[in-house]
Amino acid sequence: MSEHEISLIVNGRPRRGRVPARQTLVDFLRDELRLTGTHTGCEHGVCGACSVLLDGRAIRSCLMFAVQADGAQITTVEGLAPEPGGLSVLQDCFWETHALQCGFCTPGMLIAAHALLLKESAPSDEDIREAIGGNLCRCTGYKQIIDAVKLAAQRMSGLNRPEPSRG
Amino acid sequence: MAETQFRYIAKKRRAKEHRRFVAGSGRFVADVALPGMLHVALVASPYPFARIRGIDAKVALALPGVSAVVTGADLAAATEAMMSGLDAPKLKRYPLAHGMARYVGEWVAAVVAESRALAEDAAELVEVDYEPLEPVVDPEAAIRPDAPVVHPEHGSNVLFRHKWTWGPVAADFAAADDRLSLRARWHRSSTVPIETFGVVADWNPASQLLDVWASVQMPKYPDQLARALRLPGNAVRVHFDVDVGGSYGVKRGLKHSILVGYLARRLGAPVRLVEDRLENMRGGDAQGPDRIFDIEAAFTKDGIVRSLKIRALDDCGAHAGRAPLQLGKPVGAICGPYRVNSVEYEAISVTTNKTPQEAVRGFGQSPTNFALETTIDRIAQRLGMDRIALRRANLIRAEEFPYTIPSGSTYDSGDYHAVLEKALTGADYAALVKRRDAARAAGKLAGIGIACCLEPSGGNSAFEPLFNPKNETTTWMEGCSIKVDLYGAVVVTMNTSSSGQGHETLASTVAGEILERDPETIRVVRADSLGALPSNSPVGSRMAIMLGGAAAGAAKKLKAAIIAIGAHKLGATPEEVDYAEGVVRLRGDPARQVSWEGIAEIAHRKFHELPPGMEPGLQAQHVLEVPTGGALPTADGRVQMYPCYAFETHVVYAEIDRITGQVALGPYLVGHDCGVMINPDIVHGMTYGGVAHGIGAALYERFRYDETGQFLSGTFMDYLLPSAHEVPDIKVVDHCTPSPLTAFGQKGSGEAGYLGAPAAISCAVNDALVPLGLAVAEVPMTPALLSDLIARAKKTG
Repeated sequence: MSEHEISLIVNGRPRRGRVPARQTLVDFLRDELRLTGTHTGCEHGVCGACSVLLDGRAIRSCLMFAVQADGAQITTVEGLAPEPGGLSVLQDCFWETHALQCGFCTPGMLIAAHALLLKESAPSDEDIREAIGGNLCRCTGYKQIIDAVKLAAQRMSGLNRPEPSRG
Repeated sequence: MAETQFRYIAKKRRAKEHRRFVAGSGRFVADVALPGMLHVALVASPYPFARIRGIDAKVALALPGVSAVVTGADLAAATEAMMSGLDAPKLKRYPLAHGMARYVGEWVAAVVAESRALAEDAAELVEVDYEPLEPVVDPEAAIRPDAPVVHPEHGSNVLFRHKWTWGPVAADFAAADDRLSLRARWHRSSTVPIETFGVVADWNPASQLLDVWASVQMPKYPDQLARALRLPGNAVRVHFDVDVGGSYGVKRGLKHSILVGYLARRLGAPVRLVEDRLENMRGGDAQGPDRIFDIEAAFTKDGIVRSLKIRALDDCGAHAGRAPLQLGKPVGAICGPYRVNSVEYEAISVTTNKTPQEAVRGFGQSPTNFALETTIDRIAQRLGMDRIALRRANLIRAEEFPYTIPSGSTYDSGDYHAVLEKALTGADYAALVKRRDAARAAGKLAGIGIACCLEPSGGNSAFEPLFNPKNETTTWMEGCSIKVDLYGAVVVTMNTSSSGQGHETLASTVAGEILERDPETIRVVRADSLGALPSNSPVGSRMAIMLGGAAAGAAKKLKAAIIAIGAHKLGATPEEVDYAEGVVRLRGDPARQVSWEGIAEIAHRKFHELPPGMEPGLQAQHVLEVPTGGALPTADGRVQMYPCYAFETHVVYAEIDRITGQVALGPYLVGHDCGVMINPDIVHGMTYGGVAHGIGAALYERFRYDETGQFLSGTFMDYLLPSAHEVPDIKVVDHCTPSPLTAFGQKGSGEAGYLGAPAAISCAVNDALVPLGLAVAEVPMTPALLSDLIARAKKTG
């Protein structure tokens, strides 16, 4: 099995690795970099749990080899918050609207929704369904996820403010 | 009990556990990485039924980095067979096939290596010599005397067969104005969580202790694992602080855990097995009910249902699993929300050469609800009656509660008519009818579905003695403990893992309610299985009732201790003081008080200020029995399993594409009554998700096998989970009939939505097919099935 040196930017930090040719990007992120927020649900590109941003686009890290990410900029769920220990507006809105239950698909959902909000500041319900249509959630029936994305879009446009209550 | 009387319960509150999930810092089993950890891959049978003549692992073992290849013979020698739940001692089931492989995907050997990739490489090098046998695939063929027998030593494919008669069935049928019969088919699907099952085990020879981390939702899991591994229970420590990525019943993984526990001891290293998706769907033994219902109904010309005969034949797959007992839960709601004078129920569980079942959300109740509601619709059709009027005429009335059904279960409370009316109003039923009729006039296939269904919750597991008199289980208790530390901080300890139900929020809200302390300040932790109080994991919609009740019980004991300490400090009796928000005040002279912090300090430091006889520290624990207690079934099978009954009415509009057979759903409304909702967002979320799961069972999800027993649905491209495109916007209208049996009037809700959606969607599809003269009583009603039916109707019509 050939091995390859790669270097890439992950969540703003330069990272290097020596990877077997067959190692997927998600296995590299989880097992080598220990960024375990990205999950694997199907490993055949359907469920979307492994979604990460690659150069700003949401992609499935189970369908890409780590070696193909050489030179790329990757953002995982751990890189969404503006500061360590904090939450992005979108993450906070997921929490506020109860847009998750078991939390397993959540990182992929956040990535898909984050990518949508990067290009669309006022998405319609249909835009949101389209954006998360490739991410399977077994807990929520998607409703409170759609609520969260809408709320985040409004909040990022200054249309509302977070409620103070915390769990 | 009005919801307004609560301080924290029934209010909007962010889920305590969700902050870690949105931050990407949940800790799931695949995130547990131990130094020197080895990985397992599996060799799976390609045959539905075969004798294993030999296994040659030489080439695999020669691969550098491979530690071991183990087979069924190793496991059968070193472990106890798993328990079937039935009185069938000759049924042996081990983690790996022993002698015979009984379904496609059954694990025949396990390969252990330094990495999962290497283990998979080596698994491909294991050579198994099979002698293929003729399989039995069809459940009706399986009960014929000439059928191949999946477990020859058991002697037949019939695992369980019993007919109960509750009330004067024969007389009611004889006296009825009319009768009809129908067959309803619920095909094999499951809950299919996005996280597969996984387990890590590590044996410490110095302490003789097996540490286990698992994505598990299983009552008695630590006990059964220890028993199978021939270890005392106190030599297995299951860590319940693992986040479980969805379960809805199926995350039991006992066979995986026995295998990994055995390997960890044998190899002296931590061992991990995380299923890949194919292993999960094919060999994970987590498929669901697969049921043929034959139903006869006897009714008056006015549509009053007098009696039902229900025969349920369930294809449990190659091993008993939880399948037979999933025929048992419906006994507790066998006539649904309707007044039916007598019922006959025959439950038959048969083995075939398919993947075994695991417990699926509702434990057999959703298929039963689908069959019952299909029957109600057929009666309405036969009599030319309105479906809703027929339901109104048969629903149990609010003033009749508590109401005992023929099978001996008493429904605690409800107002089914009120919920039905709220649902019809909320959905604007009259407008829906206009919309449907206009769509039909325009040539579309449009229909409206209605379903009225029950969710029995919080049970004592007495379906076990109902199906196996040697098993006298009548309690399914739950424990909780609470302590206040030296400086007044509160820790609630629960005793099981969670798989998305928000139990940390539940327990802290309940403790905060009783103690009048902000739940935000309360930490909730999970004991490991050695430190845990007796508890039974989140099955059967039980945690609001049982963990909620246990937390309330512990908090009340703690509050009594606090009041006793405060009163003693004030030189008064407990009856002479008041408690408010943690402060104890002398009644009549409230300036004389002891603060929360003061009481905590007395309890932890000042024995001389404690009331005589009181133990130091500030802590309490409570183990709660099911509110209706536990009694064995009567000789004729009457039993009270579930104390609380939630009710839901679904109203859904559907249009079927004539060419593709695709069903477009929405608007979709659920009228729901689960008593007092401790956290409304959590209840609503589970209801929306349950509907989505029910949409899958009704329209898309099916584990398919061909006629030779080959498995055809091992990927998410063959087994279709509903996405955001298939799930419409769902609205829930709440109603609250408190349960008289629980701490706050709460009932269970973990199966909400799923218990009614397949029935409602089937009803809507059938309504849409009325103009074509078609009727379907089979789920899933896949696009292929519907488009073929419609095409055939066109040809003949």
